[in-house]
Amino acid sequence: MKKSLMLVLTLILTFTLAACGQNNTAKNNTSGSNGGNSTGSELSGSILAVGSSALQPLVDQASQKFMDLNPKVSIQVQGGGSGTGLTQVSGGQADIGNSDVFAEEKLEAAEAGELVDHQVAVVAMATVINPDVNVDNLTKDQLVQIFTGKVTNWSEVGGNDQAIQIINRPSSSGTRATFEKYALGTKTEDLKGAIQEDSSGTVKKLVSETPGAIGYLALSYLDDSVKEVKYEGVEATVDNVANGTYPVWAYEHMYTKGEASEVVKAFLDFIASDEVQNADVVELGYIPASQMQVKRDVDGNITK
Amino acid sequence: MAQSGGKKKVQPHIIEEWTGKIYTSLCITFLIVTIFSMVFFVASKGLSSFFVNGISFGEIFGGTQWKPDGEPALFGALPFIIGSFSTSILAALIAAPLGICAALFMVEIMPKYGKKYLQPVIELLAGIPSVVYGFVGLSVIVPFYRDIFPGQGLGIVAGATVLSIMILPTITSIATDALSALPPGLKEGSYALGATRWQTLYRTVLPTTMPALMTGVVLGMARAFGEALAVQMVIGNAPHIPTSLFESTSTLTSVITLSMGNTVMGSIQNNVLWTLALILMAMTFIFVFTVRWLERRAKR
Repeated sequence: MKKSLMLVLTLILTFTLAACGQNNTAKNNTSGSNGGNSTGSELSGSILAVGSSALQPLVDQASQKFMDLNPKVSIQVQGGGSGTGLTQVSGGQADIGNSDVFAEEKLEAAEAGELVDHQVAVVAMATVINPDVNVDNLTKDQLVQIFTGKVTNWSEVGGNDQAIQIINRPSSSGTRATFEKYALGTKTEDLKGAIQEDSSGTVKKLVSETPGAIGYLALSYLDDSVKEVKYEGVEATVDNVANGTYPVWAYEHMYTKGEASEVVKAFLDFIASDEVQNADVVELGYIPASQMQVKRDVDGNITK
Repeated sequence: MAQSGGKKKVQPHIIEEWTGKIYTSLCITFLIVTIFSMVFFVASKGLSSFFVNGISFGEIFGGTQWKPDGEPALFGALPFIIGSFSTSILAALIAAPLGICAALFMVEIMPKYGKKYLQPVIELLAGIPSVVYGFVGLSVIVPFYRDIFPGQGLGIVAGATVLSIMILPTITSIATDALSALPPGLKEGSYALGATRWQTLYRTVLPTTMPALMTGVVLGMARAFGEALAVQMVIGNAPHIPTSLFESTSTLTSVITLSMGNTVMGSIQNNVLWTLALILMAMTFIFVFTVRWLERRAKR
């Protein structure tokens, strides 16, 4: 008895694993055909959203709400970084690809052209330093000199005599790309002795504990353990970001391949609705896309 | 016989025999297919940076500059290879004496207390998730080193310290097994010649079990070499060859975990990360072969 049970279990396991490869395409088909068939208002189908760990908390929370409203819809949210999100949506394995950067910055032009961009929120970043460092404001020039290793002591930028310790992100990170593009205006190299961490929590911990440390964090991570520095005299606040005076911010993108199916479209509309924008988005420390008084394109050109 | 009795009922034990055979062969086939497809997958992705993107072997294995986004892009993996080797060798150097002495204590000196208290505690270390080790390293070991040594505390030594605790159970349990399997006559003979306990341990027990002890150390090193999360949290991840043990550096695993999610599949950056994974896999093979070789020597 036991043996045959084991045998059956093993076979089931084998076939489930073998079927996994086709699972995603099958899912896409169902959600697509559901879109065509549904006559009533009730949505059904499944959505797979992959990518950007910076955007994941928002998509996660919104998907829970959406599933409560539409019990027949199942949404799976996975992290894995912007590159993974873009790859998976472009390859058709995921319905939605979350990314911190424009698809054009990572993918080939042809692949990026197939994707439709949905900008759901804005994330702003502030330069943070160890609370013991006696500096309140840094200009773009000073930041460039610090992050390129030309200035290595806080006394050179108006602080006490202490060595500067850079806590950076890995060169492939979307957060670092945003910081370099909009705060520094130039790409920087990895300096010898600089520290690289990918998780915002670790960056915050290291900046708060390491003497003379400097790093950058999304506004949602700021608290008393690190000291926020003004950029060119401008404080990183929601208002300053929204009216365009504080430049270090990036869109959070949710990409679909071509036109979204009905259920995916409904979910994206739900995230763009006031219900989520004014509640979850603000609550989780993002800035609602609807509040932005300026727009920015992929080349960084700002329009009012 | 079987052909003549066409209606003859097949014995139940024959059915069971065949069920078992089919079941095990299915499992084995599945396992072999999995292993070979893993190796094939990593190898095909890892080799594509050489054959598709045209990066030379020399650039990856000999280059000291890692600038995947730079102009021109440079993919020197030597700092990571050095980082991985120095961290895991240092971790083994710290953990091996501790683990072997703990095993000697548990088997030869105080078997009762050792087996009852020390062994469960050391085995407990194996069950702690690596993120916990990383966090403890970041919260306790890094500030400690930062206070007493120059530098920021993040670096090879912090990584090796965390790893040495992680590989302690591997080394200890293999050493314990090796020492317990020693024929008692060997020690009795030594005592009969008038040797003290220390002389017996040092001159007889340790040399006899040395290949088995080394197996434990190599297995521990293999684990240290492949460990990603805990090391990534405490090593600093700067892509440079360090000049001091307390300077930020990277290992192969920490570079892969930091960058894999941020790069797009099929791009040069991503392919080079797979090449690093291929190097890791090749190292694992070398470790496994070393262990096999040591075991063969131990049996002789």
